[in-house]
Amino acid sequence: MGDIDNLLSILIWLPILGGVALLAIGDQGDPRSSRSGTMRVVALAVSLLTFLLSLGLYTGFDHTTAEMQFVERIPWVPSLGADYYLGVDGISAPLILLTTFITPLVVISAWETIKTRPAQYFAAFLILEGLMVGVFSALDGLLFYVFWEAMLVPMFLIIGVWGGARRIYATVKFFLYTFLGSVLMLVAFIYLYRVTGSFDLLGFMDAPIGLTAQKLIFIGFLLAFAVKVPMWPVHTWLPDAHVEAPTGGSVILAAIMLKMGGYGFVRLSLPIVPDASAYFAGLMVALSLIAVVYVGFVALMQKDMKKLIAYSSIAHMGFVTLGFFLVWFLQGESGAVLGISGGMVQMVSHGLISGAMFLCVGVLYDRMHSRKISDYGGVANTMPVFAAFMVLFAMANAGLPGTSGFVGEFMVIVASFKANVWFAFFAATTLVLGAAYTLWMVKRVVYGEVANERVGELEDLKRREYIVLGVLAVAVLVVGLWPAPLVDMMNPSIEHLVEQAVRSKY
Amino acid sequence: MYPYYLTIVLAPLFAAIVAGFFGKQIGRAGAHWITILAVGLSCLLSAYVLYQLYWGGAEPENISVYTWAVTDGLRMEIGFLVDRLTALMMVVVTFVSLMVHIYTIGYMHDDPGYSRFFSYISLFTFSMLMLVMSNNFLQLFFGWEAVGLVSYLLIGFWFKRETAIVANLKAFLVNRVGDFGFLLGIAAVVMFTGTLDYAEVFASRDSIAAQSIEVFGGTAWNAMTVICILLFIGAMGKSAQAPLHVWLPDSMEGPTPISALIHAATMVTAGIFMVARMSPLYELSEVALATVIVIGAITALFMGLLGIVQNDIKRVVAYSTLSQLGYMTVALGASAYGAAVFHLMTHAFFKALLFLAAGSVIIAMHHEQDIRKMGGLRKYMPITYWTSLIGTLALIGFPGSSGFYSKDLLIEAVRDSHWLSTDAWVYWIACLSVLLGVFVTALYSFRMFFLVFHGKERMDAKTRSHLHETPAVVTVPLILLAVPSAVIGWITVEPILFGGFFGESIVVGESHDALAKLGEHWHGSLALLLHAPVTPVFWLAVAGTATAWYLYLVRPEIPGKIVERFSSAYKLLVNKYYFDDLYMKGFAGAGRSIGKVLWEKGDQRLIDGMLVNGTANSVGRLAGVLRQLQTGYLYTYAFAMIIGLTMFLGWLVWFR
Repeated sequence: MGDIDNLLSILIWLPILGGVALLAIGDQGDPRSSRSGTMRVVALAVSLLTFLLSLGLYTGFDHTTAEMQFVERIPWVPSLGADYYLGVDGISAPLILLTTFITPLVVISAWETIKTRPAQYFAAFLILEGLMVGVFSALDGLLFYVFWEAMLVPMFLIIGVWGGARRIYATVKFFLYTFLGSVLMLVAFIYLYRVTGSFDLLGFMDAPIGLTAQKLIFIGFLLAFAVKVPMWPVHTWLPDAHVEAPTGGSVILAAIMLKMGGYGFVRLSLPIVPDASAYFAGLMVALSLIAVVYVGFVALMQKDMKKLIAYSSIAHMGFVTLGFFLVWFLQGESGAVLGISGGMVQMVSHGLISGAMFLCVGVLYDRMHSRKISDYGGVANTMPVFAAFMVLFAMANAGLPGTSGFVGEFMVIVASFKANVWFAFFAATTLVLGAAYTLWMVKRVVYGEVANERVGELEDLKRREYIVLGVLAVAVLVVGLWPAPLVDMMNPSIEHLVEQAVRSKY
Repeated sequence: MYPYYLTIVLAPLFAAIVAGFFGKQIGRAGAHWITILAVGLSCLLSAYVLYQLYWGGAEPENISVYTWAVTDGLRMEIGFLVDRLTALMMVVVTFVSLMVHIYTIGYMHDDPGYSRFFSYISLFTFSMLMLVMSNNFLQLFFGWEAVGLVSYLLIGFWFKRETAIVANLKAFLVNRVGDFGFLLGIAAVVMFTGTLDYAEVFASRDSIAAQSIEVFGGTAWNAMTVICILLFIGAMGKSAQAPLHVWLPDSMEGPTPISALIHAATMVTAGIFMVARMSPLYELSEVALATVIVIGAITALFMGLLGIVQNDIKRVVAYSTLSQLGYMTVALGASAYGAAVFHLMTHAFFKALLFLAAGSVIIAMHHEQDIRKMGGLRKYMPITYWTSLIGTLALIGFPGSSGFYSKDLLIEAVRDSHWLSTDAWVYWIACLSVLLGVFVTALYSFRMFFLVFHGKERMDAKTRSHLHETPAVVTVPLILLAVPSAVIGWITVEPILFGGFFGESIVVGESHDALAKLGEHWHGSLALLLHAPVTPVFWLAVAGTATAWYLYLVRPEIPGKIVERFSSAYKLLVNKYYFDDLYMKGFAGAGRSIGKVLWEKGDQRLIDGMLVNGTANSVGRLAGVLRQLQTGYLYTYAFAMIIGLTMFLGWLVWFR
């Protein structure tokens, strides 16, 4: 499948067109009508086809080079020097695969549960998928920005239309946070455009920039990316957004949209403004460690399952940013590549695990219409198969070796020990904190006597749910037991990135 | 022998998967047959591997199975290092596991989670084998955490019981505290050597010892000391050394077969094994060895004391396990790694036996575990009685039993250790604790034995009328474990401790080698046996036994009076030195309070209340003026964004 021309364009536009087609089919009338059946099949077919095609990115990927691959470039706004310029390397390709892998699962998981306007719901996800692939493959600043902002629209709609009771508060908060950051990123792009004369991201990387300008650009990027990751202290939108979002929205938000922030740091901040990144590295490491420790404690006290997983996401994403910014504490030593590899693997792994955790909560929510931990207890009695999945994903979330959750954490902790013993000390508290908040929730939800009548009447997983969780479980174990394919794919690009990051540009 | 190794490891894994996923299809008998056959196969092949390594002249093998990942010059692999130390552990693990598998047929007979249980214990066997057969730190950590996972699942096997699910959470978290140190230790190894492979790490041990690391501003620590102490923190968690011991007594909430397998014979000895495996590293850090021996000494004596006041049959055995693990740790700290591993082996047999015997009693008593409500079971359960007696005698180190050889020589090794000349304080703490421990061990062991099997029958009439010996699936493993408990010491002490059994797999510095000094006076098993009556160890054990006999059979009213007289000491022991209170109220409580404060004050009031909503409110007031433009429909906003963007781009194109 590596022979398809314009593979990236296909991966962007196929789901978007599929989404538009779904909007055209529509779902007037009874959601159980044949028309709405067609609509679901179309949504699934499009997302599956996109996934199958995206495998070409893996099979056709050249593991030996850091060069951009699958490149497409045609003039877009010639007067601005903005091109329709796409390409992937070992940093972006795994994230695209993650996106195309998660989306069909979200479609399946929403098969029967979305009763209002299902066509639009599925359309929103397909369009979102295309836009997210666009962000990960854009090599032109303007194109990147357009995808970046456009991506927010379907997400707003998903939370705002299909969300919970306080969805308006959540969307406003989400909007306020993300918009503020993104605008400054655009300003940074415009400055870089003035310097280089084009919006070519690779050109940005090679352009000499003064230190002050670099710092300002870094701050512009930082606000955009820190909000997305999210880093402490700009993280409080995430728990609210998750709580109000429908299951599918939470899954995409946690599994992929958060990765935009981490991706932004490695694609833009580190190579484009390396000196400023070095200047701010101490701050970034500090914020990352605060995320791990502070947010770990906060997660412990959550009473709402989704909030707990949301806080756990913030703590886990702290490892990503920690791994990325270790470079400057390891000057001239090995370990920098290990740290960034760890951060990247952590992003992929977190995509799988947090997605799975939110799907687990979704399974319970569909049955009980509650996310409160105290409404549950003894679910294992009535849903043994579900309980097995939940415990597996909880263990993965707690970073158990053999699951994907361990791989990234291990690499980052090893690398950070080299940088500074105390970095590793605080990072490794996740072993205790992560296990504490995750397994305490499992204890209260899954184990124990049947807590109430409604738990007593729960039905175990349906085939559809079983497939979704099963596929994710396999993925979590495969990455955990054999991360080599993923790591090998990323290695040359990360080595190149480290070279870019440690040189001086002014 | 690579195919053998793979089979040994994968057979239990395969069985676990089949029993776990297809339990319904293959039925209860299918589940126990497939797991027993798989573990039996592993056991046979392990014995063959040991045979080949010892008698067959096979060389130790260090093989990579597959590359987990390579990045930044760091190879992370899955592989096997099989030498005699490993092979011995493999045999112990698979043999005890096999016995426990068979026993489980009887013990879990009526349990609805029958095939799930077999799946778990097979998975455990796989994990433990991965741990002991590893040739690198990554896989060691994998096995380390995997046995922890299975332990968690099995302690909470009866997940409806609140006590069980509290205990398994506690066990996992306390172990994670240990693993916190362990993982940092592994990170330190990578920092100083750039590799995870044992052989390469050991090869560069001199260069590690020559380096130092600043931990607290200005003070340089020897790199080897830092590595060894961090790794040992992991061992303290897994092998339940004070102050990380609190999870082990509570783990008795799990079914008895796993108490025997995991919480007595195998998993809890992983820390001991790990330190023995790392002997080339520990030998180069006096500070680390001193830490090890002191922690071990404290555990050996003080956990034994707790055994005296326990009334739950399994908890008595659990505290005895803690104490015996302390003995092994003392031996490690005395650089008598061989003695530690030898005691590990004999202990695995007799302690598994004692647990399974306790389980047999529990079955007969219809799940009554309070020894105050037992008594006189001797005539109802002859096989359980005699096997328990063998186990108890081995535990107290009665001359001739397996425990005699391992414990006596362990104590002798401590007595002959280099600490006398290098650090007398450490020396006397260790010696005193292991000697007093002998008395304490005999006291609590025979207290339990007499209360259960002798004296007045204190159970109610209904229970008494149902009392009878347990079925063959229970008693046969007891007998099969009683045999090695009785004789394995006699047979193997000479080759293992004095015949160079461990060869290259354990490295001891010349000035540290207490076992070599003992070896100079070694005249065979019989000579040691005959020598026993003139040693203080023997008389301490006799004194302990006699005390137990007098207090609990002859004058059973005395213990109550002692409790009254020394009520504060008794309270201290009954409350387990208040460790649980400290951890539950202190650490766990503080953790929750910190979380609450950070969440409510930090996130909700400061960040959200002041920064976010404050900004939002000011924006809101401004927006009030512009409200006419706001329709409240999201598509309007979407359009506004697109229009705005278009205008902005237009400006760039035309007016830049």
